[in-house]
Amino acid sequence: MKKSGEKKEKRKNSLNRFMYLAVVLIYFIYIIYSYIFQISSGIEMGATLVSFVFSMGKILPCAFIIIGLFEVWIPREKVEKHLGYQGGLGGYIWAIILAGTMAGGLLVALPVSSALYHKGARLSVVFTFLGASAVVRIPMTLFEASFLGVEFTALRWLISIPLIIISSYFLEKYLSKKKFVIK
Amino acid sequence: MWSFYVTAILLALSFFFDRSKTKKALLLAFKKFIFILPSFLIMLILISIILFLFPQEKIITYLNYGSDMVNIILAALIGSITAVPGFIAFPLAGILREHGISYTIIASFTTTLMMVGTITFPVEATYLGKRVALIRNVIGFIIAIIVALLVGFYFGEIAL
Repeated sequence: MKKSGEKKEKRKNSLNRFMYLAVVLIYFIYIIYSYIFQISSGIEMGATLVSFVFSMGKILPCAFIIIGLFEVWIPREKVEKHLGYQGGLGGYIWAIILAGTMAGGLLVALPVSSALYHKGARLSVVFTFLGASAVVRIPMTLFEASFLGVEFTALRWLISIPLIIISSYFLEKYLSKKKFVIK
Repeated sequence: MWSFYVTAILLALSFFFDRSKTKKALLLAFKKFIFILPSFLIMLILISIILFLFPQEKIITYLNYGSDMVNIILAALIGSITAVPGFIAFPLAGILREHGISYTIIASFTTTLMMVGTITFPVEATYLGKRVALIRNVIGFIIAIIVALLVGFYFGEIAL
């Protein structure tokens, strides 16, 4: 029973890999073709791709290096104490402060949350961190307030933060019954 | 640019205190980066296609003036599929505000813009799995609707 399941999984994986390669290949062939024969759609897409690669290339290597340093220097007990089950409400506050001061949005927050989780942060704190990284980033918030008013931004914070913490708590409860792990 | 300096300083400090640990950290960083690279590539491909098919400035002009439920949800859907970074979205939201679009609609749009990521989904699913990534995005969508309704209520755009 278990063996056939494994086989199925394997076949599914190799199919996924094939699909993946096909999509990437077709895409790049189209882009190269467009550059050679001056097709505007492909050139435009290629230009977008390059500009995004550059803007992410500036921030991602730094983010991953800091994550690597975090992994080797920060002891597990520290994370467990503040962001784990022993942390209590403080864990959520730390998660929000960390999310607020971090650059890069979700794409940086995801690997960071994975590192925190593997060092012993509890799931609800990790989900709070992920949610907060979307809504409370301080540089972005200042920007928002300058265009839409302090009242608007403060209101958005006050409503969304409790909702993020509550939903993260219930998501943790729901997942504790399943075999869930962050990769 | 400050993130570059912070990284450089931390790295130098780490190297000064423990060379082998620093080497391990860099190796880990590299491994983690390689792990997520395929999903990143798919995301970038998606972004370039979506930005081509739906030019962002145009999408935002589909936001409507009314603050009823249909318009709130429409704004939330637009925010969910949009990929504009905050430094473009907020000035635009400011302009929309001057053109009389309600705070309700703006809240719905900007909150989903930040909390729901259609384009980042492949990356998120690599870490959390498809199911949990989907749940998290649906929760973000619901939170955005609640935020929009309460913002609208506060500014007197929605009456109970």
